[in-house]
Amino acid sequence: MEDLVWTTLIRALAFGTPILLAGLGEIFAERSGVVNLGVEGMMALGALAAFAVAQSTGLPLLGLAAAVLAGAVAAALFAVAAVSLRANQYVAGLALTMLGLGLAGLLGKPFEGAPLAHTLSETSLMALALLLALALWFVLRHTYWGLVLRSAGENPETVDAMGINVFSVRYAAVVFGGAMAGLAGAFLSLAYRPSWADGITSGLGWIAVALAIFASWHPLRAVVAALFFGALYHLSYRLQAQVTPELLKAMPYLFVVLVLSLSALGRGPSGAPEALGTPYERGERR
Amino acid sequence: MRRLGPFVIEKDLVAPPARVLAVSTLALLLAFAAAGVIFWAYGVSPWLAYKTIVAETLFSKSGFAEAVRRAIPLLLAGVGLVLAFRGQFWNIGAEGQLLLGAVAASGVALFVHAPAAVELPLMFAAGFLAGGLWAALPAVLKLRLGVNDVLTTLMLNYVAAYLVGWLIHGPWRGKSAFGFAYSDRFPAGATLPLVPGTYVHWPTLLLALLAALLVWLALERTPWGYRVRVIGDNPEAARYAHIPLFGVVFAAALVSGGLAGLAGVGEVAGVHHRLLDAYQISLGYGYTAIIVAWLARGNPLGAILTALFMGVIFASGDVMKLALQMPFRVTDVFNGLILFFLISSERLLYYRVRLAQSGEEE
Repeated sequence: MEDLVWTTLIRALAFGTPILLAGLGEIFAERSGVVNLGVEGMMALGALAAFAVAQSTGLPLLGLAAAVLAGAVAAALFAVAAVSLRANQYVAGLALTMLGLGLAGLLGKPFEGAPLAHTLSETSLMALALLLALALWFVLRHTYWGLVLRSAGENPETVDAMGINVFSVRYAAVVFGGAMAGLAGAFLSLAYRPSWADGITSGLGWIAVALAIFASWHPLRAVVAALFFGALYHLSYRLQAQVTPELLKAMPYLFVVLVLSLSALGRGPSGAPEALGTPYERGERR
Repeated sequence: MRRLGPFVIEKDLVAPPARVLAVSTLALLLAFAAAGVIFWAYGVSPWLAYKTIVAETLFSKSGFAEAVRRAIPLLLAGVGLVLAFRGQFWNIGAEGQLLLGAVAASGVALFVHAPAAVELPLMFAAGFLAGGLWAALPAVLKLRLGVNDVLTTLMLNYVAAYLVGWLIHGPWRGKSAFGFAYSDRFPAGATLPLVPGTYVHWPTLLLALLAALLVWLALERTPWGYRVRVIGDNPEAARYAHIPLFGVVFAAALVSGGLAGLAGVGEVAGVHHRLLDAYQISLGYGYTAIIVAWLARGNPLGAILTALFMGVIFASGDVMKLALQMPFRVTDVFNGLILFFLISSERLLYYRVRLAQSGEEE
């Protein structure tokens, strides 16, 4: 019995790790006031970059670095549109998801089904994700930079008045979010699967976006939420023989809808950053 | 206002059609240039790629028919999204609503045996209803509880795809489908006529054009449409004017989902004649419809043009797959880039450039 609980917990954490990594990144971006719906696309690009580099050099850690870079570059492109050019953040994020999935599918064609000689250990990445959650919570809650980041999302005028460039803060947060989504992708293609296939992310990026909301933009609550989703995935895997697999596969997505609704019911005002989704313009009255 | 050589750049919040056209064209050209770089990275000459695309879609009869065929679901779903976006309902779920329409139509085709004159209208009605209901849940959640509509509509796309998967692997699996997962063929009375030699199911095309016209009329010429526009353009004013937000936006959401549902009916009744895998019914039409709507800048009639344009993009995906051995994913690259440049160029709409008058100061 104890064994069963233990394995369930470990597997839930394994399933939950990519959601947690990407979700933590999204929490940072959103705390600075920017919604990036491109997580799914950045994750796919990260997964491909990691696999391509690890496969051709034989160095999985280099692959990990490539994934972080790929996610960060994709997020920087998004930031140009959404922060500098003040484009609609939702639509710009959707465009990034389309582009990321398309580009990864296109450029990844030669790597489909290719073997990977050296993989990364699932456990160490899981531990990394948990440590990152703790570290990010500390940064966000207890440091000056965390305060600046949160203020950029709550009341950007104040940050501006402090003489800090709101755009730089938001760029940094968005690019960091992209790097985390890339890392999540690398977890999939270097440790969890470990292989590359078009569609490897299968909606996990979207669940990461939802995770930011369930967790009320709080890094430690994100761990709990990721475990919960990981457990759901694991359950659907375990019950495959008994219940229709399609129903089980649909469950995490249904749960997103359900949990979003329940948390909206319970909370009233959502606790979202005040300026979330609003592009910042200098020197203009609201 | 800013001087730039002999020109003056100044703010102008009302964008005339010519400027909208110019900015949109610029965005599209940039998107094609960026896509060219990606083709080059993939090892395909961009020049060859675009030459092939233009020759095989715009200047080939069968290629152009393919583009029109793809434009049908894009127009239906796109018109619906124009309406939804105008009312600030961020419906990203047209893909799922389309699939639900396909499911409902298949249900009628397979299990309800009505006279031919009733069967097809019944399928379209069922598809409209199913698509509308699939959009209704996120709309209620948004309007009553403030739940993020982008996420809920999107999640329901995945649920819809698995629903289709369950049906074709389970209860609706065809007796004639040896080992394959799809339903039985629809009886002849439940299939749509085609323009000979093409896959253009013209009744759905007519329906789509009619839908564009009706939605335009509803938006521009009825009190309800006026309310939708006020809610979209100035939610604050809508609140002061006591416009019933729930009723107005809920109706827009229903129609939006319903039109996507009709697109699904057209695909199964016009092209496939059976229910099959979600990824075969729709090649992501519901997502591309977002671009159709955005490119149309909130005008349902404009969507006729933009749907055709995106239909050409889809058709070029086929061309590139066959002629250049590139995966069909290339259409997603096009889609992403087009949307990206389009949205990024939006600011330019609100500036105008003119020659400086003599003696004009900064």
